[in-house]
Amino acid sequence: MRTLISIGLFLLTTFFTTNVNAQTAVERGEQVFDTWCTACHDDTRRTPGTAALAAKYQGALPALLEERTDLTPAIIELWVRNGISIMPFFRKTEINDAQLADLGAYLTRNNGN
Amino acid sequence: MATLPPGVDSSSFESALTEFRQAIGSEWVFSSDEDVALYRDAYSPTWNEETELVASAAVAPETTEQVQDIVRIANRYGIPLYPISTGKNLGYGGSAPSYSGSMVVDLKRMNRVIEVDDRRNFAVVEPGVSYFDLYRYIQEHDLKVWIDCPDPGWGSPIGNALDHGVGYTFGSYRDHFASNAGMEIVLPDGEVLRTGMGALPGGEWGEYKYGFGPSVDGLFAQANFGIVTKMAFRLMPEPDAHYTGTAIVHRRQDLIALVDHVNYLDDSGLIGMPLWGNRISGFGPMDPELAALVENGGSDAELDAYAARSGRGFWSVQLQFYGPEPTVQANWEYAKQRISSIEGATFEDGPLYTFPMSDEDKANHHHRVAIGVPNMEIFSIGARSERNPSPQDGHLWFSAIIPRSGEAIFKAQEVIGKIWKEEGLPYNAFATPATWTHRCYIMITGLPISRTDKSINERSMRAYNRAIEECGANGMGEYRAPPQFADAIMDAYSYNDNIYRRYAEKLKDATDPNGIIAPGRGGIWPKNIRDREGRA
Repeated sequence: MRTLISIGLFLLTTFFTTNVNAQTAVERGEQVFDTWCTACHDDTRRTPGTAALAAKYQGALPALLEERTDLTPAIIELWVRNGISIMPFFRKTEINDAQLADLGAYLTRNNGN
Repeated sequence: MATLPPGVDSSSFESALTEFRQAIGSEWVFSSDEDVALYRDAYSPTWNEETELVASAAVAPETTEQVQDIVRIANRYGIPLYPISTGKNLGYGGSAPSYSGSMVVDLKRMNRVIEVDDRRNFAVVEPGVSYFDLYRYIQEHDLKVWIDCPDPGWGSPIGNALDHGVGYTFGSYRDHFASNAGMEIVLPDGEVLRTGMGALPGGEWGEYKYGFGPSVDGLFAQANFGIVTKMAFRLMPEPDAHYTGTAIVHRRQDLIALVDHVNYLDDSGLIGMPLWGNRISGFGPMDPELAALVENGGSDAELDAYAARSGRGFWSVQLQFYGPEPTVQANWEYAKQRISSIEGATFEDGPLYTFPMSDEDKANHHHRVAIGVPNMEIFSIGARSERNPSPQDGHLWFSAIIPRSGEAIFKAQEVIGKIWKEEGLPYNAFATPATWTHRCYIMITGLPISRTDKSINERSMRAYNRAIEECGANGMGEYRAPPQFADAIMDAYSYNDNIYRRYAEKLKDATDPNGIIAPGRGGIWPKNIRDREGRA
């Protein structure tokens, strides 16, 4: 019984810790997005990233990255570290690996919703 | 992808990396292929080719003292260094070194705004500070000064100034290096030099830039005499008003008189940046009738008749006025009176903006950089859009300084247009100059870059090299360029058997005997590389 309680407590702790961390990662990721991405991917007609994605997807997908529900951390990493179209890649002194993971958490937060 | 510094074997390089790690922390020494690849030029014209400029590694110091340590270690091992600030000089080399095998000194972590003074109107910053960062700092502290920013706001005031970068507001503020008011530099031997009043212990930066004796500041821009770790900039106090008025003339030859009037207004301190445009073709694809006229070498009379039919005019200049509201209105009235001497000139009044301005109004301003608000809107030109459904992967900027006259603009259109046409590249026959740098006109045009189609890059490079030569033969020289073209441009500045380069290289050899700092930057090579690679 004691073992079962221990496992239960462990699972509960893990569940809440994971949730707390996930929530924090999303919040941190939003800060990364605001610092590095919004200048081109904001919700105004004047940001070139949003305008480019509107032209690319023609309404089939949201032009705003923050409204997408189909992104994965892997594709976000690919874009940030390899660049895409005229967007250059970002160095680790700009967005480090931990921040990139947070950004991935933020931009995938709505997946499945 | 990473490559060893020329002349340094792998075991020495590993020893050097160990010393760099001890000096600044292993987290900030990047040597894996994956990490070093982030220091490629995203718009490289030689992407994935043998000749692509690539780094051996990168180091990211946080303090001036760490930069000194890096320079001293590099001297011991003979490792060339290439400093970058925010690394966003796209179209002019990006974050890649000018000599393959150099170690990039990434100054992004030196990101402190040291001081902004809105009583004496200056700022002191480190190289990793971006225009966005400086603007944010000024807003958060409710300071009544403007910055002068280039089109992309993610660049560094220091990095931009050191590449003779430019902006949009008033007078000499637009010439970012001219706005320098004191610098701190780590020299090639690791010593720290301060210029201006900073050379006086306890002296204050921000106003007088010369100090006493020779002014050596210019050696640290677009060159390789040290690593700049702090810099002061003169700032413009927030004006009461910004007014924009547009003058339009209707015949091709009217450009000559209009430029003369604008020169008078500019050199008298009455206007900010004049924004030239052509009304006859506008922006985007040319009307087929006009394109046919251009193709067939249409006469001025034919072009003027087309412009008259279009009803839009031939040339326009948008004038910027800054200051008290009555003053900007009066100066615009004076400009109109003066330009009215050109027969048929017409005018568009306004808009008028007043300050302080809400964030919402700033966001809606028709040209935010004209009021010192950094943004990234310029990328809309190259990014995918309805007008540009198949964007290129990047571009090279060809930027030639021309005299400030209508005749010189016509000449530049002819010289550059001929090359572009022969190379099968689009060129607007009515291209007008950028006037970012105060009292200078720049004929700038982008050349496309592809990561997958080598022939596009080869054509762009061929056109670029031809333009250097043919513009040079007509008295037009580049003010700034990607590193692949630095030597050819320096070759063109050939007065008295290239004394300009020979003198710079004499100074280089004396102050940087190991050739550590940015070999090749500005077309200046240290003796060790000149000897080893047989460079003249």
